[in-house]
Amino acid sequence: MTSSLKKNSANQYTDEKYRYGFTTSIESEQAPPGLNEEIIHWISEKKNEPTFMLNWRLKCYHAWKKMREPRWSSVHYPPIQYEEIIYYSSAQKQAPKSLDEVDPEILKTFEKLGIPLHEREALAGVAIDAVFDSVSVGTTFKEKLSKLGIIFCSFSEAVQQHPELIQTYLGSVVPYNDNFFAALNSAVFSDGSFCYIPKHTRCPMELSTYFRINAAKTGQFERTLIIADEGSYVSYLEGCTAPMRDENQLHAAVVELVALDRAEIRYSTVQNWYPGDAQGKGGVYNFVTKRGACRGYRSKISWTQVETGSAITWKYPSCILQGDESVGEFYSVAVANHFQQADTGTKMIHLGKNTTSTIISKGISAGQGQNTYRGLVRIQKKAAQARNYTQCDSLLMGSHCSAQTLPSIEVKNPTAKAEHEASTSKISEDQIFYCRQRGLSTEDAVNLIVNGFCKEVFKKLPMEFAVEAQKLLAVTLEGSVG
Amino acid sequence: MNQNREMLAIKNLHACINEKEILKGIELTIRPGEIHAIMGPNGSGKSTLANILAGREYCQVTQGSIMFENQNVLTMAPEERAQRGIFLAFQYPVEIPGVNNAYFLKAALNAQRQSLHEAELDAVDFLELAKIKLKELHMDESILQRSVNEGFSGGEKKKNEILQLVMLNPKLAILDETDSGLDIDALKIVAAGINAWKKADRSVLMVTHYQRLLDYITPDYIHVLIQGKIVKTGGKNLALELEQKGYGNLDSLQLTAMHEQRQ
Ligand SMILES: Nc1ncnc2c1ncn2[C@@H]1O[C@H](COP(=O)(O)OP(=O)(O)OP(=O)(O)O)[C@@H](O)[C@H]1O
Ligand SMILES: [Mg+2]
Repeated sequence: MTSSLKKNSANQYTDEKYRYGFTTSIESEQAPPGLNEEIIHWISEKKNEPTFMLNWRLKCYHAWKKMREPRWSSVHYPPIQYEEIIYYSSAQKQAPKSLDEVDPEILKTFEKLGIPLHEREALAGVAIDAVFDSVSVGTTFKEKLSKLGIIFCSFSEAVQQHPELIQTYLGSVVPYNDNFFAALNSAVFSDGSFCYIPKHTRCPMELSTYFRINAAKTGQFERTLIIADEGSYVSYLEGCTAPMRDENQLHAAVVELVALDRAEIRYSTVQNWYPGDAQGKGGVYNFVTKRGACRGYRSKISWTQVETGSAITWKYPSCILQGDESVGEFYSVAVANHFQQADTGTKMIHLGKNTTSTIISKGISAGQGQNTYRGLVRIQKKAAQARNYTQCDSLLMGSHCSAQTLPSIEVKNPTAKAEHEASTSKISEDQIFYCRQRGLSTEDAVNLIVNGFCKEVFKKLPMEFAVEAQKLLAVTLEGSVG
Repeated sequence: MNQNREMLAIKNLHACINEKEILKGIELTIRPGEIHAIMGPNGSGKSTLANILAGREYCQVTQGSIMFENQNVLTMAPEERAQRGIFLAFQYPVEIPGVNNAYFLKAALNAQRQSLHEAELDAVDFLELAKIKLKELHMDESILQRSVNEGFSGGEKKKNEILQLVMLNPKLAILDETDSGLDIDALKIVAAGINAWKKADRSVLMVTHYQRLLDYITPDYIHVLIQGKIVKTGGKNLALELEQKGYGNLDSLQLTAMHEQRQ
């Protein structure tokens, strides 16, 4: 938590003091801790939002007030003090002025990942100067896209420039009262990404938040909305491929995807938020709601995720297969090392005829890590001939970690079929010895075996991302065996 | 004896698995170019000896020494032994799901080259070499694209071991029952592959139960291992004798006597 938060939370607020704190905070462009209607008004005003946005935020806030934090998952953590969180701060955090000021641990990881120097600066949040030519990169890339009619901008910008799209689609996939964290995000989200691909347009490059985040740092409540119009295609990469050691603990993001007739969205994530130290201290709580709606005939949404970071991951990227013959996919690698807890999976909701879904989940547990796959495949009455294939594999490294698989399958149409396979394996001494007998070090052997385990997922990632994911996995699991 | 002429020298080797003594004083010397066979009943310690040479950790050496090219093997990590040229073809090759066979072989080869300060092979050179070797072993190229030993038949696994052997080109090849699981044609091919690989300075230590392998790879020496001791050593004809009479008639008194004589 930030230092100002520490200071404030030491005080007991009476209503009066609260208001007082409020005014002084306005001067510093930072809301006082806690959440109430006034703060929602203030956020919306700061962002100069149209009334429909304010009303929506208020509606979400009231819904959230009535909700309770979900307790059904397998993750354990001390209660989150929502009244101590600062929900809006426009003042940029003090960015380090050069790499010399960045935590050497982070720099070591960058080095291992082979990230070029200028990127390291950007990722570490070093104030961008002439060294990092992000401005020109950003511009050429934006021009190219706008020629095709593709909109790719920050969420705030989209609210100003394309309110009609926001009004149509915001909350249309993840309803404002979907769950506790989504409702909270909806009420207070500070920024995020927006993307619209027009009809029959194939986005010529992988769109990445990476470029955008350099331009404007998004907060802990970020929101992404991607709309692929009829016959369009987009591949979107979300990622922080390096650990951003964030002082704030709670991340509650929402991602909504909409695919219309014959449109395809591929959404890839490499998540490596700070996982806490080896003793389980610190780390990010990552409570994320990601959902895609395959609205159109033959539309397709594909989620690929490599989750190596965060102390807690609570995340179920899902697909609602409304359009006939639409396709949903979920490919996931989730790692829980040291004291990390991952509770992740997907939901595939089959509504249309001949819809198909594929779920490939690979969970890796090491140290004291705890990894849960939680999935739901629901095939509704009208989803004739729907098909699902699910495969959940767990890999255990060491004897203090755990893995569990909790699939739930509901089939309401007799012509539909759902298949489920699950396995749990250990990296065996035999495998490691076999590799070492051929001249490989223990570490290389472990990496080889783990990469083999994750292969089906890695091959779904765009090339450069796959390479980074592999390296990241190696760094994350370093020293887990032997 | 000229020390330099010894490739492998095992002296008074005692070893335990879970506190149980499995090897009870092994003496064995292999010179460059020699082929040695080890035979013996199930559970006598043949694989244990092979595993100890390769550096398997669950086998604890309690006494004795192993020297390879005048270096103490016992202090070396398994990968170092491999890099120095000790190769073990496993009795039960291990499956590594999802790891491409070609990738694995290339990684192994380059780990070895790196340790010898040689330049790494790139994908093109590697593939060229692999294709030559595959042809020699009458193996299909498709094996390169499969996962290491995953879903391989028993025979395919053994062949894959030999592919690795000829690719890595070690100095000492330890073959643990490489013949079992091979049909007669495959056996001939594998034997031909090993013979083609084995040059004047390369040595072989092969564990087998059957004469038929020895028909194709002629050993210089045959050792009989019973209950953790080499009780008899002879020439290539010893195997025929054993095949006829079995191990049973080497009764224990005789064994001890013979063993003491050797020492
Ligand atoms: N990992 C292990 N744990 C416990 N005991 C073991 C282990 N490996 C081998 N042993 C024991 O050591 C003894 C020797 O086994 P080893 O595998 O060396 O026999 P072998 O001569 O190779 O037999 P075979 O001809 O059946 O392959 C046996 O009693 C076996 O049960
Ligand atoms: Mg054996």
